[in-house]
Amino acid sequence: MLLIHCPYCKETLPESEFTYAGQAHIVRPEMPSEQTDAQWEEFLFLRANPKGPHYERWRHFHGCGRFFNAVRDTVSDKFLTTYPANTPKPDLESLIGDAE
Amino acid sequence: MSSYRVAGKGRVDTGKPVDFTFDGKTYQGGVGDTVASALLAHGEHLMGRSFKYHRPRGAVAAGSEEPNALIGTRRGPGRFEPNTRATMQEIWPGLETQSQNKFPSLKFDVGAVNDAAYMMFSAGFYYKTFMWPRSFWDKVYEPFIRQAAGLGVSPTEEDPDHYASRYLHCDVLIVGTGPAGLAAAKVAAQDGLKVVIVDEHSEAGGTLLSEPQAKIDGTPAWDWLSATLAELKATGVKVMTRTTAIGYYHQNFVGLCERVTDHLSALPDDTPRERMWRVRAKRVILAQGALEKPLVFHGNDRPGVMLAGSAQTYLNRFGVLVGKSPAVITSHDSAWFAAFDLADSGAKVQVIADTRAEVDADLIAGAKSRGIPVKLSHTVTATSGRLRVKSVRLNPVDGGSVGAGSNVTCDALLMSGGWTPSLHLFSHTKGSLTWDTDLTTFLPNETPEDCIIAGASRGLWGIEAALKDGVTAGEQTLDALDRAASGTHSYAVENDRAGTGVTHKELLTDKSPGKAKAFVDYQNDVTAKDLRLAVREGMRSIEHVKRYTTNGMATDQGKMSNINGLNIAADALGKPQPKVGLTTFRPPYTPTTFGAFAGYHRGEHFEVTRKTQIDGWARENGAVFEPVGQWSRAWYFPKPGEDMETAVRRECVTTRNSVGIFDASTLGKIEVKGPDAVEFMNRMYTNPWTKLGIGRCRYGLLLGDDGFIRDDGVIGRFGQDLFHVTTTTGGAARVLNMMEDYLQTEWPDLNVWLTSTTENWSTIALNGPNAARLLAPLVEGIDINDEDFQHMSCAEVTVAGMPARLFRLSFTGEIGFEINVPAPMGRQLWEALWAAGQAYDITAYGTETMHVLRAEKGYIIVGQDTDGTVTPQDCGMGWAIGKAKPDFVGKRGLMRPDLVAKGRKHLVGLLTEDDSKLEEGAQIVFDPNQPKPMTMVGHVTSSYQSDAVGQPIALALVAGGHDKMGETVYIPMPDRTIKAKITSTVFLDPENTRLKIAKES
Amino acid sequence: MTRFNALNLVKHALTGHKNWTEQWPEAEPKKEYDVVIVGAGGHGLGAAHYLAKEHGITNVAVIDKGWLGGGNTGRNTTIIRSNYLYDESARLYDHAVDLWEGLSQDLNYNVMYSRRGVLMLAHNVHDVQSFQRHVHANRLNGVDNRWLTPQECKEYCPPLSISPNARYPVMGGALQERAGTARHDAVAWGYARSAAQRGVDIIQNCPVTAIRRGANGAVEGVETAKGFIKAKKVAVSAAGHTSVVMDTAGVRLPLESYPLQALVSEPVKPIFPCVVMSNAVHAYISQSDKGELVIGSGTDQYTSYSQRGGLPLIEHTVAAIVEIFPIFNRMRMLRKWGGIVDVTPDRSAIISKTPVDGLYVNCGWGTGGFKATPGAAHTFAWTIAKNEPHPINAPFTMERFRTGRLIDEAAAAAVAH
Repeated sequence: MLLIHCPYCKETLPESEFTYAGQAHIVRPEMPSEQTDAQWEEFLFLRANPKGPHYERWRHFHGCGRFFNAVRDTVSDKFLTTYPANTPKPDLESLIGDAE
Repeated sequence: MSSYRVAGKGRVDTGKPVDFTFDGKTYQGGVGDTVASALLAHGEHLMGRSFKYHRPRGAVAAGSEEPNALIGTRRGPGRFEPNTRATMQEIWPGLETQSQNKFPSLKFDVGAVNDAAYMMFSAGFYYKTFMWPRSFWDKVYEPFIRQAAGLGVSPTEEDPDHYASRYLHCDVLIVGTGPAGLAAAKVAAQDGLKVVIVDEHSEAGGTLLSEPQAKIDGTPAWDWLSATLAELKATGVKVMTRTTAIGYYHQNFVGLCERVTDHLSALPDDTPRERMWRVRAKRVILAQGALEKPLVFHGNDRPGVMLAGSAQTYLNRFGVLVGKSPAVITSHDSAWFAAFDLADSGAKVQVIADTRAEVDADLIAGAKSRGIPVKLSHTVTATSGRLRVKSVRLNPVDGGSVGAGSNVTCDALLMSGGWTPSLHLFSHTKGSLTWDTDLTTFLPNETPEDCIIAGASRGLWGIEAALKDGVTAGEQTLDALDRAASGTHSYAVENDRAGTGVTHKELLTDKSPGKAKAFVDYQNDVTAKDLRLAVREGMRSIEHVKRYTTNGMATDQGKMSNINGLNIAADALGKPQPKVGLTTFRPPYTPTTFGAFAGYHRGEHFEVTRKTQIDGWARENGAVFEPVGQWSRAWYFPKPGEDMETAVRRECVTTRNSVGIFDASTLGKIEVKGPDAVEFMNRMYTNPWTKLGIGRCRYGLLLGDDGFIRDDGVIGRFGQDLFHVTTTTGGAARVLNMMEDYLQTEWPDLNVWLTSTTENWSTIALNGPNAARLLAPLVEGIDINDEDFQHMSCAEVTVAGMPARLFRLSFTGEIGFEINVPAPMGRQLWEALWAAGQAYDITAYGTETMHVLRAEKGYIIVGQDTDGTVTPQDCGMGWAIGKAKPDFVGKRGLMRPDLVAKGRKHLVGLLTEDDSKLEEGAQIVFDPNQPKPMTMVGHVTSSYQSDAVGQPIALALVAGGHDKMGETVYIPMPDRTIKAKITSTVFLDPENTRLKIAKES
Repeated sequence: MTRFNALNLVKHALTGHKNWTEQWPEAEPKKEYDVVIVGAGGHGLGAAHYLAKEHGITNVAVIDKGWLGGGNTGRNTTIIRSNYLYDESARLYDHAVDLWEGLSQDLNYNVMYSRRGVLMLAHNVHDVQSFQRHVHANRLNGVDNRWLTPQECKEYCPPLSISPNARYPVMGGALQERAGTARHDAVAWGYARSAAQRGVDIIQNCPVTAIRRGANGAVEGVETAKGFIKAKKVAVSAAGHTSVVMDTAGVRLPLESYPLQALVSEPVKPIFPCVVMSNAVHAYISQSDKGELVIGSGTDQYTSYSQRGGLPLIEHTVAAIVEIFPIFNRMRMLRKWGGIVDVTPDRSAIISKTPVDGLYVNCGWGTGGFKATPGAAHTFAWTIAKNEPHPINAPFTMERFRTGRLIDEAAAAAVAH
């Protein structure tokens, strides 16, 4: 069971309090009707599936209920950081530097 | 006293005799004995039969790595378990045990014919045959193979025991109570630090229990051990025995399985059999020690052939001589010490044969002083004895060639092939390993977890080295916790037996290697030649070799066989061991009871059951229930003598003719509140919400952004900024999650609050021509008529004295109301309505009648009439889409090419020509005469008997159905083909006249 | 190469098994191949076998980063069935079952396909409706599947508890008698041996680092740990690692990789005659020929390549098993392991050409890859050889996610109401 730091509650808590919510930083277009089929496919389905650091979303479901973002290494399952939704992507290189 | 018990030796209390049975015969041991030690005390080595060849086997080890001595253990009815290690099971008065994998008896087993035909049963033999004739496979070969499966027999009764689980948070978890673990614990045991140390055995001490001769700082090992344990307990360290660390999971999450009652003669009340501890430790110290390797030679599996270290344990810990005239074959110093201990306890050691040309002079002297013959540069080429080893054949080796052998009579053969560090838990962490050429073993390298490995488990032999390494591990752990170690810890050990040795592949022999039965994996009967055959056949990775031969796949999971197997495979491949690889260790460390994993989650507690406030009334009134998601819902309310169909028909008829009452509390309810609530609703649901007046409600449809229907429900507006949303029963959590997702991450600018109120309201539906008449007198705050409270209205009122949110809506086509009251008042309201309803012959109805009534009106059930691939247009609900809205969830998805293509499946009604009721799920075709596979054009989604319509009705998804009204389709059944006509989905009262409340005169 | 049969087994036994030859030689990569297949699991090796056997294309290499059959082929619970709902799925999986039935003879390697029957349990009214829809659809598709009452379920699988008081009572089951299990490793080895016999190179421990495309955009070959290998066609069949490989060719796929765990009990004498699946509680169980109960779990909630998996999921799976089969409560878990499964949004596979000329992909099998092995490999080989889909895999395109023509087995089993 992973340990996850909720950036809102500022506590590190077991995974069972959280639900995974897929890749982060996928913004729903302002006006979906103007999207092409290919763009809409991209929005709906195409996901990064990296072996390594992954920007992803979690929800502190059995806690504050809020969605937040995380960078987790999908090889080690280690969280490099978590941060509030609607904030910019943290710089990956500095994160990996921190971890080492 | 049993004839092999040594007075004054061991920790078993023979003054407290314990009687138990093995294969029906009663044996006596003492408190502290295992089944294996007690049987050995009676000179019984034969304890089991191997898997493939049914060869007679005895205990080869003294711990949890034992591959041979597996027994069935029983404690009365329901309490039987197969494959228990006789070496770990403590005896208690009345314990019944039995041997396994034999027929008719352990001493004479007909399955042993396999042994004679062993040349046929080489590695992978079954891949090469049993293929012809093809028809024989199902009927002859496969049943034959399957019949040979398994060791013990499965339990066949329900388990009366219960199992517990606990969380434990600590600063330091130490696995292993040998010298390394104890030394680490002494360092780490500080004020304010929570330290836990665990061991799988019945008592702490690890190797110290087998080495009483050692003196630690001048104190005899056992005295040091009890003093240390007392000191640790006094400083608050939690010492847990009979507790196996089974797995090391993410971020220092370690599973421990504690065996609570398996050693007790009487089961205490309210005590679990086992307890799973889920430990989250800041730091972990792994001090699991090392396991001794067998030597691989022809006949190394006879009962009486045993690891030397285990023989030493049986003597020193259990006070049992495994033989009175043992012989020894070894490649490591440690077996010499075992021989000395046995000799000092009265055994006549026949010979110590060592594969090495030179050994330490002290060892030679030790043997000489005890009168033990020594043979250096020797190999063992055979043993004899059917049910117990009788002799061993030893041959000199000179320059790689094997000389003439001579037989040495013995009643036990002790062997040692050196020691392998236990890296199991370290390996669970995905820790990397490095190969140590000198020690011929893998050693731990790096781990991603906050963990240190200490002592013999990283290749340090001897008590002093382990103690010192434990100190270092303790200090490093304190350092990592930002603590300083108090004082210095250093140890000096006398009579330490570190020792060195060499590692072999299979021993040299003068026999044809193809004929040698030199076992590597005892339980699975894998021999050295099997491994070499696998390599010869192209298996180059250790994983291939393992899987082809099944080496390491027995219940000891390779604890005895992995490294020997690797050394032999590497030799056969001509590659260094790391290039061949080590198979990954998987949790659990030792086999662990299912019950311990399941813990409390059994029976009613397997998963929570959600019940409404009216559940008790429904039970008292004979309802039959159905599980819907986590909910238990009243399905129908049979009167005495009624079956389901009769009950449902009565409930339907009564509701249509007068009034019915239904518990709708399971519906999901979400309060959407805030200045931007209407904008939020406009974006989430397909419908337009801006113009919905306060006090009005509307059917809402929710799509995914892919355009497919996700959920539906009636939504009432209770204020400019307040919507009361209802969802399907199963969809409540999903819908709220979806709403939160969009609100928080896509539209954080919207000022809206979402609150689940499913559990806050009890919801009771009243439907039928008499519903208004029944309800009106109970309502304060509004008049119940078509002018003041028209269909699709909502209001906050008082019902029967209770504050309520009242909806006028209908899921039946009749005059209908849904009354929401604060949840705890649900039953009170129900009973008030029930009492008032007696004048109208009110019926309670369940989910089945609800389904019938709604189907007669063509109302869909999301998840039954839709399946995640259905659009609003497919359901004929284009009217629910706010076309003027610039966007809503699903709008773009609906424009995708295949969602607007011709020929999509549409929801339609079906009426059968012969008035038979269709089966739900039945498939529909246009051409009934086509061959299989048929082109199916849809399926029946809902189907019911309908008294109101006068014939059975069905809803179905049919390709292009909306354009085929009145046409005939076919439903091929196994026995006949049914014709049905496509109709509207509304079977009853299409003008909705029944919704009107007649004016009371 | 020695043919496998009882006579040769006896002959070799008499000579101490000294004369068996390698089942597949250790190959070093040539400079160029007609087809390079990335991923030496059952699907990749199977495609090589069918390319050689049915399409005469033998200048083929199958390359793997590890040892052959070391991915999901060797980590699954070996369940084989074809009673899927949608026509597209039923045809694909039933094609596979047809091939499974003759596979041992086709490969001259006993893969021990065991038609012991797969029973899928219904635990609520929704399950009943859903499974009956399956049964009806399968019947008209000519796929064997029939409905059993709870009592019939109990007769078919005696360890089953059909107590109506269970938290998830058994309300019936859908039985496919033709379905069953096979020996997973033997499938990889059998295909490898057969392909190698026909001239295919099997190159192990050679990670593919990139797919190289030429100036015209078409595939040129693969970069590997052993250097560049030229190829006219590249076919990727790398399960959980497919996204990573395809990314290097600039092809994005709707895939996410999740950890999937499975476990076995200690071996016991035959007690469990068939395969039982319960989707409602996420538990899948059969008994291996060694006697171990083989139990499948669901996927963890997060994407991962760690192959570790968490304890809570295993606890839930075991609890589900003992809920349905209470007699197993005192049995012991021997070993659990993890695989990585690649999952598409509609839970159906992709066997398809790609926008890149000469590049083909077979992926997205989720938890269903093993049972499809011969069918997927067979149609994938066809697609590679002819540069067009076989009629059976034609619906399993990449494009369906754009147009919306999904094959949504997951949604079809969706629970609501």
